[in-house]
Amino acid sequence: MLAYALRRIVLGLLTVLLVSAMIFFAVEALPGDACTAVLQRDAHGQRLENCRREMGLDRPAVARYLDWIGGAIRGDLDASAGSGKPITELVGARLANTLLLAGLSMAVGVPLALLLGVVTALARDRAADLALSTAAILAMTIPEFVTATLLIFTFSVWLGWVPGIVLASADAPVSALFPTIWLPVAVLTMVMTAHILRTVRSSMIDVMEGEFVQMARLKGVPAWRVVWRHALPSALLPAINVVALTVAWLLGGVVVVEKVFNYPGLGRFMVDSITERDLPVVQGLALVVASAYVGVNLAADLLALLLDPRLRTARLRA
Amino acid sequence: MKALLRRPSGAIGLALVALHVAIALAAPWIVPHDARAISAALMFSPPDAAHWLGTDHLGRDILTRTMLGGRQALLVTAIATPLAVAWGGMLGMYLGLAGGRRDDVAMRLVDALLSLPWILKMLLMIVTFGAAPQVLVPVLAFFYGVPVIRIARAATQGVVARDYVLAARARGHGRLSIILREVLPNVRDALMVEGAMRWSWMLLAFSSLSFLGFGVAPPTPDWGLMIADSRSFLAIAPWAALAPVAALSSLIIGINLTADALAKALGLDRAHSAPQ
Repeated sequence: MLAYALRRIVLGLLTVLLVSAMIFFAVEALPGDACTAVLQRDAHGQRLENCRREMGLDRPAVARYLDWIGGAIRGDLDASAGSGKPITELVGARLANTLLLAGLSMAVGVPLALLLGVVTALARDRAADLALSTAAILAMTIPEFVTATLLIFTFSVWLGWVPGIVLASADAPVSALFPTIWLPVAVLTMVMTAHILRTVRSSMIDVMEGEFVQMARLKGVPAWRVVWRHALPSALLPAINVVALTVAWLLGGVVVVEKVFNYPGLGRFMVDSITERDLPVVQGLALVVASAYVGVNLAADLLALLLDPRLRTARLRA
Repeated sequence: MKALLRRPSGAIGLALVALHVAIALAAPWIVPHDARAISAALMFSPPDAAHWLGTDHLGRDILTRTMLGGRQALLVTAIATPLAVAWGGMLGMYLGLAGGRRDDVAMRLVDALLSLPWILKMLLMIVTFGAAPQVLVPVLAFFYGVPVIRIARAATQGVVARDYVLAARARGHGRLSIILREVLPNVRDALMVEGAMRWSWMLLAFSSLSFLGFGVAPPTPDWGLMIADSRSFLAIAPWAALAPVAALSSLIIGINLTADALAKALGLDRAHSAPQ
């Protein structure tokens, strides 16, 4: 089991390394570089050459990649071509905001999804299940910017309860974000609850038909205890992976929601850096987000291994 | 097909998709107004007899623009989806069958590609090559084919040790022949459901890009763009947002209901999905 865990960790590191090379050389292949971004219209002739020499851009790409990845491991991602500030500082402030948004959404969404997943599984094919399952399909398929627009229309334009967009800047204190964070949290919660709910429902239905649940019932264990103590823990295992993918999505993929609500997180920063062609920032951000994705998935696999004794031997043989 | 239509979700889903395709095909001949006709006098006029769904901030007819607004999205994604399923499916089946070192290397690359958010990959391509349909089709087909590799590979691994595959190998059939004659019939169901899902994700990506201002260029009518435009005027002209919102949502819901019913009719479980 330890060997398997180690193998997974090494493979995860390998994937991150592969992504880093992929990002670096893909961005490298794009027209323009840090110097053309800094100099803009003056980017030609002697000035461009001087700048490239100063920034070390005249060296071979492979040497610069090794420098870059070496710096990244030490926690230094160069400076932004646009503002000149260290990228780690720029990313750090926005990562904190994104983590706040993701954390709040998870705190609301995960318990809600578990509860509704169990409810729909127990009420399988009855009215409550049909209503909730249909609502889940709607919530997970309607584009986020559509949900966001409808929520803004309802709660800020029509009812006037909350502001429709966030006005705080990236380095504003958390308290400045709070009054406006609830609509983005609501949009994200709806999407993720729908996905997790469906997973829990489907595995709960499987588990409830299992022999050990039948056994517990025949023994005379109270119904609520069968559900919460016997069935749910087993039904949660398949949900771990979906929760992990959801966390990864919350950390890197909620660009549209951040953009709609003007929320100062990683996603909006990503879009802005790409449009401004701040390539060092794009590379750094991509590395951070990809590492988060790999890390979260790795954690989910190891957690599943820890919680499910069957996997310990099964995976070793595979 | 019959099993699909017998489920209410399948029938409703297919009807929605068919309606959208029919409107998209017929729209140029049946729209009531000129989609680009700007009129200061008609700015923000609420729904009435002449303009059933009202007009937008430039006085353009919203019914007309909504009917035309899905054409680009449907055209691009309808070409890109089969391409994505074809290349992802073929490569996935090949890897599932071949195994070994090649499979290991390819799956690391797949993992690496999947670890980057879709918007980053799409935007990097778009700022470099533009957002014309001839760029978006191959770009979408490539990136949305990557997850298909995983599905096809996993489904192939389920049948690769079966007797009929071993028999075909023993008969001396080549890999391509085994893929097409032995593996594909077993993987087809999973690929069909996956294709429907990819289609809806692509539509989502396409309209999100338009909404963010990176996709379809104005004044071409497009749902994502119409929703973005109308957002500033939600308080005075909510109808301008609601029509494209309803159109886009109903199409994506239609595809998902169909995929769901298809998966159930084929006995596949596609509940374990994560947001993308």
